[in-house]
Amino acid sequence: MSTASPASPASGPVNAPQPAFPTEDSGASRRRLPGDLAVWFFILAELLAFAVFFLSYAFARARDVALFNASQLTLDLNAGAINTLLLVTSSWFVVRAIQAVKRDDKAGGVRWLAAAMLGGFGFLVVKVFEYAAKFDAGITLSTNTFYMFYISLTFFHFMHVILGLVILGVLLANTWRGAYGRDAYHVLESGGAYWHMVDLLWIILFPLVYVMR
Amino acid sequence: MSYYTAANRAWILLLLATGLTWWLGESGMAESASVPAAFLMLGLALVKGVLVIYDFMELRHAPRMWKLLIVGWLAFVLSMIALAYWTGLR
Repeated sequence: MSTASPASPASGPVNAPQPAFPTEDSGASRRRLPGDLAVWFFILAELLAFAVFFLSYAFARARDVALFNASQLTLDLNAGAINTLLLVTSSWFVVRAIQAVKRDDKAGGVRWLAAAMLGGFGFLVVKVFEYAAKFDAGITLSTNTFYMFYISLTFFHFMHVILGLVILGVLLANTWRGAYGRDAYHVLESGGAYWHMVDLLWIILFPLVYVMR
Repeated sequence: MSYYTAANRAWILLLLATGLTWWLGESGMAESASVPAAFLMLGLALVKGVLVIYDFMELRHAPRMWKLLIVGWLAFVLSMIALAYWTGLR
């Protein structure tokens, strides 16, 4: 069992001895927002931007269902599904990395973060092949409304995956240097929350653009 | 349930839900039974999103306002997509 897990309020007082050191949630409230508050405001802003994009797509589709359905058939369903699995798994790896660091398991933290980055890179590789196939077929932003949305929406998300990988890279380097541990994992949680947001957005994007007809 | 097992459970459920969404497209159900398939997919996206928010982002035990904001965002976006889909049927 993990000995010092301030974020496991499920365990009762009997099997969860108080850690000998002060933690940020040993105060009055058991409810805790992981990571930095500023990151959550940033995430909220990002979510609102994507909401506008998702809803623009959905209502544009409602006005021309036949065109959207016909164009959607040219998308690679398997590539979209594989990318969902990659992002979901990569997100889970980040959770495992944070859990490892909370146990002061530095090597574990480095390993899980490296695995998470691999998942993110895999996503980019699949996406590049997907774009290449579309561009080879002569499809551009101006082909039709569906492709305008497909390319801009997925590319906007693509850029967020790249930023997420940069963040994971910084976290990996810092974990490697021993900057984080059971008393210092706030930055890891903040970066992790951003990566989970990238995952959350794709969870909506995949059925919306690739599958729903 | 500890955070540790909750995250592992979430990961397994996310894989299964993704497989189901893929299957709806691959089997042609998304085409032949498009309306129930579309609403099922939106329901699956809601479940997947809540799993990510609760067990990956660790908001299950976060202050209520933040939980409400992020889950509320998810519910709002998916409901509006459902509404747009429904208006496209007519």
